[in-house]
Amino acid sequence: MSWKIQALKRSPWVFHVNAGACNNCDIEIVNCLTPRYDIERFGIKLVGSPRHADALLITGVGTAQAAPRVKEVYRQTPKPCVVFLIGACPCGTGIFRGGYHVVGPVDKIIKEEDPNAIICYVPGCPPKPEAIISGVVKALSAL
Amino acid sequence: MTFAKILFWILVLPVSLLLGLFASWLVRKVSARVQWRKGPPVCQPLWDIMKLLGKETLIPQDAQQTVFIAAPLVGMAGVLLLATILAYAALFKQPLVGDIIVAIYLMVLPSLGLILGSSASASPHAAVGTSREMKLVMGYELPLVLAFVIVIINTGGILSLPTIAENTTVLSISNILAFLVALLCVQAKLGFVPFDIAEAETEIMSGVMVEYSGALLAIWKIMQALMLVALPLFLVQVFLGGFGATIWPGILKYVLVLVLIILIKNTNPRVRIDQAMKFFWVYCGILLFAAGVLAALGNLYELRWL
Repeated sequence: MSWKIQALKRSPWVFHVNAGACNNCDIEIVNCLTPRYDIERFGIKLVGSPRHADALLITGVGTAQAAPRVKEVYRQTPKPCVVFLIGACPCGTGIFRGGYHVVGPVDKIIKEEDPNAIICYVPGCPPKPEAIISGVVKALSAL
Repeated sequence: MTFAKILFWILVLPVSLLLGLFASWLVRKVSARVQWRKGPPVCQPLWDIMKLLGKETLIPQDAQQTVFIAAPLVGMAGVLLLATILAYAALFKQPLVGDIIVAIYLMVLPSLGLILGSSASASPHAAVGTSREMKLVMGYELPLVLAFVIVIINTGGILSLPTIAENTTVLSISNILAFLVALLCVQAKLGFVPFDIAEAETEIMSGVMVEYSGALLAIWKIMQALMLVALPLFLVQVFLGGFGATIWPGILKYVLVLVLIILIKNTNPRVRIDQAMKFFWVYCGILLFAAGVLAALGNLYELRWL
């Protein structure tokens, strides 16, 4: 295994993208940073700019407004990067299936931009912080 | 050139780099413990730097490329030179290339690099960060230089770094006041919390560094780590009597300054830029004026405790 991947596994910095979420998954993501879960133990850090990020945490269904922005953010992220879809909505549009504003699911939007993107699905409405951490661990060990 | 000096020139870069990474780990770990968290492992800053070096470096289309790439290097070179001068003065008790004035000039280089790099990166967030960083530099630079002037008055006009460390009166009122002001200025120089206005992750997305990625961001992170070595060392050398004959009191003083900086970082909210300017110019200005009068009186009437 190359040292690049090894180092990436030990310090994945995440950027949080809201693609039209109801805010529930966003709260669960913030929950991971609290003293109870403290993901900084694993070197995971929430950063403010996609340029600094190694992983995108995408929540929300992927609305017509959000889709071009999600693609833009994916282009701005330096590669290699991992995309995490947090919650039922980005994984498969959830309860918003067939809505007039829905162009998702988000994995479809990302694959239009880059067919070889590394995508990890964390379903749940909302997923528990334990589920998010478990998803991150599984995705990183699969790299 | 003696053997010790050859060893110094070989080791100054790796040792100051490792010390800086260790200090930045200490900042994160102590912050985590203050917030009742567990905190990252010791090697974390090293992994961060390695990961950033291995990633793709994106340069924005509208950016001024030469300045965008050169700015982090200028900043890092400045801090590295400052750390070398201070370590040389502390270990060998001899001035290297210049005296305290050279060190004060070198201290401006990282902020200058940040201003240049972020204004070259063609991003609105970086533009806001640039303007804030410029105002902040104007705010803290004057009190910082005045604090050093008070030490120079106290020592009777000595400018050479090792001689200042030997002659300064650590426990005089004016020296303590000047040290307090300089500590807060260093806080602003490091971009730590009450004065992290230019970076402000939650507000303007780490402002000045918003467009940097990959290896260039790694150089900024190395620069910040080196600043954690150089600036507390500067305070120790100028205000707290330097390293002395043995090395242990000096290391204890360095750790004391570092822990003070971390605790100030963790117990304060971020201030606005106008509040920061008012704090540095009005409150620190009054404090320094009083300290200056005391120092001059003490010098005139031979009272060492003033």
